[in-house]
Order: sequence, then C-alpha cells, then structure tokens
Amino acid sequence: MLLAETGAPTWSWNLLTDFQDMWSYPFMVNAFRAGAVVAVVSAVVGWFVVLRRQTFAAHTVSAVAFPGAAGALLLGFSAVYGYFTLCVAAALVIAALRGGGEHEESALTGTVQAFLLASGFLFTALYRGLLEGPQTILFGTFLGITSSQVSVLTVVGAVVLAVLALIGRPLLFASVDPQVAGGRGVPVRALSVVFLVLLGAATAEASQITGTLLVFALMVIPAATAQVLTARPALSLTLAVLLAFAATWLGLTAAYYWPYPLGFFVTTIAFAGYLLALGRRSLREVLGRTRAGAAPGAKEVVA
Amino acid sequence: MTVPLAASPLSHPFFLHAFLAGTAIAAACGLVGYFLVLRAQVFTGDALSHVAFTGAMAALAFGADLRLGLFAATIAMALLFGTLGRKARPDDVVIGSVFSWILGLGAFFITIYTTSRSTTNGTAGISVLFGSIFGISSSSAVVAALVAAGVGLLVVLIARPLLFATLDEAVAAARGVPVRLLGYGFLALAGISAAEATQAVGSLLLLGLLAAPAGAAIRLTDRPYRALALSAGLAVLEMWAGLFASYAVPKMPPSFAIMAAATAVYAATFLIRRPVPGPRTRTVVPTRT
Repeated sequence: MLLAETGAPTWSWNLLTDFQDMWSYPFMVNAFRAGAVVAVVSAVVGWFVVLRRQTFAAHTVSAVAFPGAAGALLLGFSAVYGYFTLCVAAALVIAALRGGGEHEESALTGTVQAFLLASGFLFTALYRGLLEGPQTILFGTFLGITSSQVSVLTVVGAVVLAVLALIGRPLLFASVDPQVAGGRGVPVRALSVVFLVLLGAATAEASQITGTLLVFALMVIPAATAQVLTARPALSLTLAVLLAFAATWLGLTAAYYWPYPLGFFVTTIAFAGYLLALGRRSLREVLGRTRAGAAPGAKEVVA
Repeated sequence: MTVPLAASPLSHPFFLHAFLAGTAIAAACGLVGYFLVLRAQVFTGDALSHVAFTGAMAALAFGADLRLGLFAATIAMALLFGTLGRKARPDDVVIGSVFSWILGLGAFFITIYTTSRSTTNGTAGISVLFGSIFGISSSSAVVAALVAAGVGLLVVLIARPLLFATLDEAVAAARGVPVRLLGYGFLALAGISAAEATQAVGSLLLLGLLAAPAGAAIRLTDRPYRALALSAGLAVLEMWAGLFASYAVPKMPPSFAIMAAATAVYAATFLIRRPVPGPRTRTVVPTRT
C-alpha cells in the first residue's frame, strides 16, 4: 500500500538523508509527532499499570477502543469520539464494580472485554462502509493521521500527564503499599478510580496509532523492561519513556520501509528490549552468584 | 424458547453443525473457565485466546491447516506460561509482555498471508478473530465436539485434586497432590479449549465464554462442584440462546449473540443477592483420598 505511494523508498544508511526523505511527507511527520506523544503518555501511565499489576484491566480498556471506534463510525461520528467515550466508560465500569475479590474481579474484567469486543464486531457487521474492515482498527495504521489529530493528542496527553503529576506521589504510595497508604489517610479507592480514567484516556489516544490490540504493548512492555532494569522509581520511569519512544520511532521508520504493519514492528522492538533486559538480569544474577560464592540472598528483589 | 421455534432451525445442516460443535465447546469452556476464574488465571486464558489468532495466521501464512496452528500455538504458549510462572502460575506483567508481542506477530503473519499468497480468502483473519460458527462443516463439527468432550471429561476427572490444589496449594502439596503437574496439565487443557473455541466464537471473544459463565456460577453458589456444573450448564444455555437468537435475527453475528447472552446472565447475577453475604471464606474441600 505504502510502496505504491512513495515509489519503494530504500534505506540508505545515511541517517540524515533518510530522515529528510521520510519527513518530506506530511503524513510521516504527523505520524512521528503523534508517535512521540503517544509513547511518552502511554509509557508514564503504563509504568503505574505495571507497578499496580493492573495489566489485565489495561488490556481490557485498550481492547474496548475497538467497539468505540466501530460504534462511532456506525453512528456517523469521527472514530476519535468513540475511542475516548468507550475507553473512559470501560475504565469507570471496571472501577465501579471492583472490590469483589481477586477471582471476581478478573471474571468481571474478562466479561466486560469480551462483550464489548463482540459489540464492536456487531457494529462492523452492521456498518458495511468500513472499507478496511476491523483489521485497521485492531492493528493500527499511521497513514491517516492529520495535524488536528496530533494537536488533540497533545492536549489530551498533556492533561493526562498533568493529572498524573499531581497525584503521582500518593498514587505511588497507594500502589506500593495500599494498606499502609490507606492507614495514613491516602484516599486509595478514589486514586484507583482516577487512575483508571487516566488509563482510559491514554489508551484512547494510543489506540489511534498502534491499533487497539497493540496499545497495550506500548504501555506494558517498556514499563516492564524499565522495572526489570532498575528498582528506582524516577530512573525506571524515565527509562520507560525512553524505551517507548525508541520503540515507536524505530517502528515507524521500519514500517515506512517495509510493507508490514506498524504494530508488528513496535511490539517486536519493545519485546526485544524486554528480552535483553531479562537476559541482563539473569546474567548479573549468575555473575553475582559466582562472585559471592553462592551466597544466600543473592536473588535480586524486583519492585 | 418454544419447541416449534427450535424445530425449524435445526433442520438446516449448518445450524445443526453449529449446535453440535457449539454445545460441546461451551460445556468444555464452562468447565475450564470455572477453574480459570477460581485460580485467578483469567488473564492467562485471555492471552491464550489471543495467541490462537497468531497461531492460525502463522499456519495460513505457511500454507498449513489453520487448526494445526491454533492447537500448536495455544498449547505451546500454555506450557511456556506455566514455565515462566512460579508453580505454573505466570505473572501478569510477563503474560502481558509476551502476548502483546505475539499479537504483533499475528498482525505480521496476516499481512504476509493476505499480500504474498494470492488468495481469495481475505477475511480469514476476521473469521479467526471473531469466529464463524455457522461456517463449520460436518466433519469439523464432529471433530470439534469430540475434542471438546475429551477436554470436558479430563477436567471432570482431575476436578477433585485440581480443586484441592487451587484452594489450598500448600496443604495439597503436603498431602502429595502433584500441584505443579496439575498446574501444567490444566494450562494445557485451557490451551486446547481456547484453540477449540476459537473456531466457534473467535479468538477475541472466547474469553467471554471462559469468564462469564464461571463468574456467574461463582456468584450463585459457594459449593465448588455445584458451581462447576452450573458454569458448564450456563455456558451451554448461553451458547444455545445465542445460536437461536442469531438465527432469528440474521443481521446479528452469532458470536455477538452468544457474548450478549453470556453477559446478560452474568449481569443478572449481580442483581441476585449472594447466598452467603460478606466476604467469601475459602471453601474447605473434603480431603479424603
């Protein structure tokens, strides 16, 4: 699809000309801008997701973007509205019905997810005008990002980050030790609701780029990688942002030159980083064990 | 559902195949799903169902039978998840990272399949994602029903030790129950049923069949065996309701109708008061062996 448009671009190993070449297309510039915003916002939100062990909820909220987009198109609105409405709504449903114990929560999350995905399928079945079908919504595209979309992304991203900056400290406390935080008067439950809403907004943003199924990759993998590399909060947060950013931009570059979906490149690059981080950790463990002469307690504690 | 209404769709072969395969698949999913919910492994089930998509797409891209990919990918991934986790219970973040990459890989294979192989089946990806129960042929319906029946039978056979190992792992291990082996076995069964159910409701939606009936059953009763049976029964009824509803309203895809029925039943259980108010205590399983 892209090859026909741009006349088979080739990678020349000259970074400057390559980027000049890529950025001569407005859609690529928009894609890189949007990618940068999305990477930063989802990495920061995702860092808390990983810390709070809410990956399943995050996946559900991101999957829900699909019926949102399909439903909005069916009703004649822009997909953007659908993304935001349904992602935030699903976050609120999960937040409202939480607290029934571990199994109940996961059964509930799973049901919400499956039902909404099924609704998305119904909407696409009803809406015959959807040209590319569900595949684009599910796996993402970077070809159609407009400048106005980039500004919406930036504004929403800035709001999400601002709110997170405000509640960051108590949220960190509540995530690491909810019981103690509750005892000290931190509103644990309210924070958790606010956080889920932020998660919904961030997901709705990212869905437009990577597709609803792969947002989750951008949220979880860089954060998980960073938390494997270091246990210090500020450092691992920074690392997560950098990793997500690198994965997105490298992915965009790769997707420009090869005719495969962007989502594939982004997830593969991010996952390769994760594997490298895990490899580094086990290497250090092995080295540490031999150096310490199999001392007990050599096991690294991961936050 | 009245009898005359039910009699007419059953005269169509495609509906009969869907009914046969669907019933067995729903029963197996209900049984496996109960343990998934009880063991708080719903996320694992979710990941397995998404892996099914990649497996199917990889098989198509390499020109193999779709079902081969489904089963190979889900079972391999189930065992991998078991290995990654302590005592065959994988960690959320690890699952999330692995399976989101696998999904990306699925997107890759679907591109290969739709671009490089000059095929007319451009919607193969969609039918794997969302299922095509009305497209099941008679032979694959029989195979699906047999495999699902086998899975259901195995779950019932290991139900007792598995329940013990789930509810109180430490005591079970001390009593000589092979907790780890059961964990692996159960994950493999979950993988098989995920692969199986993908044909009926699709890899994105089968989580509903795993989670909703089990969640409803657990809300309705505290007694393990009753909940297990209830979960399977509800899954089958929801499958039937979905099939008939989608037959009555042709515009409605069957997968959606099944999910809608499952969600409605689960939502209804929230209106019913629990049998035992307050936080549920761990159910004691008779330990006589």
